[in-house]
Amino acid sequence: MKLTRRELLLSSGAFAASALFPPLLYAQQGQPAGAPRKGGVLNVHLGSEQRILNPSLRASTGVYIVTSKIIESLVDLDANGKVVPVLATAWKASADGKTVTFKLREGVTWHDGKPFTAADVQYNALELWKKHLNFGTALQRYLEAVDTPDKHTAVFRYSRPIPLDLLLRGLADLGYVVPRHVFEGTNVLENPANTAPIGTGPFKFVQYERGQFIIAERNPRYWRKDQPYLDRIVWRIVTDKSAATAALETGQVQLSAYSQLTLADLDRLSRNPEFTVTSKGSEANQFNNTLEFNFRRKELADVRVRRALAHAINSQFFIDNFLYGQGKPATGPIPSTSTAFYPAGSKQPYPYDKKRAEALLDEAGYKRGAGGIRFSLKLVGIPNGEDVPLLATFIQQSLAEVGIKVEIANYDYAGALAAVYKEHNFDIATGWHQYRGDPAVSTTVWYRSGSPAGSPWTNQYGWQSDKVDKLIDDAASEINPVKRKALYAEFVREVNEQLPIWFVTERQFYSVESKKLQNSASSTRWPSSSWNDAWLKA
Amino acid sequence: MRFLSLAGRRLAAALPALIIILAGLFLLLQLAPGDTVDALVAQVGGSDPTMIEELRRHYALDQSTSVRLGDYLWRLLHLDLGHSAIYGKPVADVIVERLPATLLLMGSSLALAFAAGMALGVIAARRVNRWPDTLISTLGLIFYATPSFWFGLMGIFVFAVYLGWLPAGGFGSIGADPHGLSLVLDIAWHLTLPTLTLALIFLAIYLRIMRASMLEVATLDFVRTARAKGLSDTAVVTRHILRNALLPMVTLLGLQAGTMLGGSVVVECVFALPGLGRLAYESVMQRDLNTLLGVVFVSALLVIVINFVVDLLYVRLDPRINGGR
Repeated sequence: MKLTRRELLLSSGAFAASALFPPLLYAQQGQPAGAPRKGGVLNVHLGSEQRILNPSLRASTGVYIVTSKIIESLVDLDANGKVVPVLATAWKASADGKTVTFKLREGVTWHDGKPFTAADVQYNALELWKKHLNFGTALQRYLEAVDTPDKHTAVFRYSRPIPLDLLLRGLADLGYVVPRHVFEGTNVLENPANTAPIGTGPFKFVQYERGQFIIAERNPRYWRKDQPYLDRIVWRIVTDKSAATAALETGQVQLSAYSQLTLADLDRLSRNPEFTVTSKGSEANQFNNTLEFNFRRKELADVRVRRALAHAINSQFFIDNFLYGQGKPATGPIPSTSTAFYPAGSKQPYPYDKKRAEALLDEAGYKRGAGGIRFSLKLVGIPNGEDVPLLATFIQQSLAEVGIKVEIANYDYAGALAAVYKEHNFDIATGWHQYRGDPAVSTTVWYRSGSPAGSPWTNQYGWQSDKVDKLIDDAASEINPVKRKALYAEFVREVNEQLPIWFVTERQFYSVESKKLQNSASSTRWPSSSWNDAWLKA
Repeated sequence: MRFLSLAGRRLAAALPALIIILAGLFLLLQLAPGDTVDALVAQVGGSDPTMIEELRRHYALDQSTSVRLGDYLWRLLHLDLGHSAIYGKPVADVIVERLPATLLLMGSSLALAFAAGMALGVIAARRVNRWPDTLISTLGLIFYATPSFWFGLMGIFVFAVYLGWLPAGGFGSIGADPHGLSLVLDIAWHLTLPTLTLALIFLAIYLRIMRASMLEVATLDFVRTARAKGLSDTAVVTRHILRNALLPMVTLLGLQAGTMLGGSVVVECVFALPGLGRLAYESVMQRDLNTLLGVVFVSALLVIVINFVVDLLYVRLDPRINGGR
């Protein structure tokens, strides 16, 4: 057969096309597991709006869920909770623990085209993290200077030793970098880039319609070549929880993270074949239901009374019947998922035991009086979620059984915080504690004395222990990880003994996601990570 | 001239009321525990004392109440509503962004409630004590007795989740970026359920007022005279009864404007609409005093304007009511 030139060209074209298209066709039909598909829009539920979309000024999951796609941190956590490089590629601490050197990634550009350099990191660390970022101010308290010997090296110098693990685990949340040239010389709190963020991340900010949506689209010049896979991300602001569930069920959104739906809906959606309800990918975001005691009440200053209260409340019953089984009784201030610090062999220090509770109360001298009542307490719930009023009621009923009358005072969020942490107008309070990877980041402030009135989630209970204060201070600057773990084990033992605060449950955040969404657990803080490798099945 | 003097007198009467409302609200809100910094710190999950103190200075919360109230009123004189702590921009801008959704929702709901309430009320009055009257009155009672958030959620469940006909929320399709007629249709499609939800309770009220008012007017002498003149039934109803029966309806229209703003808080939250109601709710939760006062100011203006229009309508409907005494 003799081919004309024309036929040859046509057939070679067809050959080329067949060489090109089969993988494409294949990719559109059932695909091999793990082969990501490019394209698609991911719609995400956003339950509350944030004032500032700048993670180097505001550390909060509500900020990260949007901005971590646009702005990047020095480091992140992988699926096992291990620290992995992002904008920093390598790090090294000096022997005395006072100097930490970061090598920074080269060839990274900001979304406005300017290059990312060590000067950006220097500015963020000294001017934003150290001065304005909540928790960042505590983490970087002893940061004295950041040297930039070259464009891609940043040397953090501290006046006291800082454990490298603490710094890195902290930086996953508290190490986001925004462009120096946009913020320098302006009023950083009022900078327009706080609501129209500019970063180095896989997605570029497009539009923010207050009360409606935020849009970001693929950054074509992203340093991870061929990523991200998604074309855009749309965050839809839906404040009503039932309406948010409806938005999931109608396909308007494909993801709702950080337990922003009602407990009943989470339970119901977990049986819906179109969705996955999981805490996988959120392991780094632990929280506890707490019970705080006001030591200004003489009854509560007695450790026997506090222990009696803990014995009187059946945490397992509460978890099974009110939280749809989401959680387990806590064994202390450090959650079991924090493997680097969790003391081996921990168990619930005050298991449910009504008889023991009554005996302790009798022993403390508070016998049942008229009507079987020993004394009465004012309970303030700090309404982080629907479980807080539930727990408040559960506490009220449980304590009634051992003869303590509880009156619940209802406030809204700001009001409750002011009542407990500013005015100390409570006897017992219940709310949430959030664990952020390292006890030094936001756990020990609940126990360290000396916090002035008005700072929420710090020791405002009138409890003071020199021993615990010293343990906290020592552990925060101990650079030997083994010794550090031992110090925290000692700390846990001591506060479980003294019980200044009781952690009732230990829980994780749940995400509801469409089964189409892939790679949604590539980090233990996935909803707060950059989603560079997330993709949607066709 | 007469119109202008009426408008001027109305405005003069309204201004002191506005000032009293704003100052009163300002002082009342001082009694609420917690301030904007508490709310902000709550939102980010905690902070340390130096930062909290710095933020208080930033929002001028370290000043005394009287100084801040004075400041606020002084700025108001310059038509400056201040700066929003949540949104980080002037309150006037925030409100202008949110106003269209609320006006559209209120306008369409009022129109629907008024028109449908009037029509059903007339039918019920014309067939009084027969089955259409019983049916309409029962429906009215159900609409009136059901809370609007429940209607909203049931509407979402039936029409959005189960049938998939209407969107579950939002003010428009995101990312489609429609123009012209398709934009109008898109917004109308999104507003269908919220409008129905907000309108039903008001529809029930209009229906009952219209029915009662029609029945009452029908017994008056001039109606008997009209009938005696041999006018057709339709002419008596439309020209004599309906026109006079409309007066209480119009009164109600003015009164309901304020209530409707309140109702839109719930509807806007359930349907995720970016309106003034939700803005007010969020400002309360976040203790954003400037924004809240701004919303109250604009709402009060709205109610004043609507009542003014209602007064003008009165004069048109019943020439005996003279605006220019």
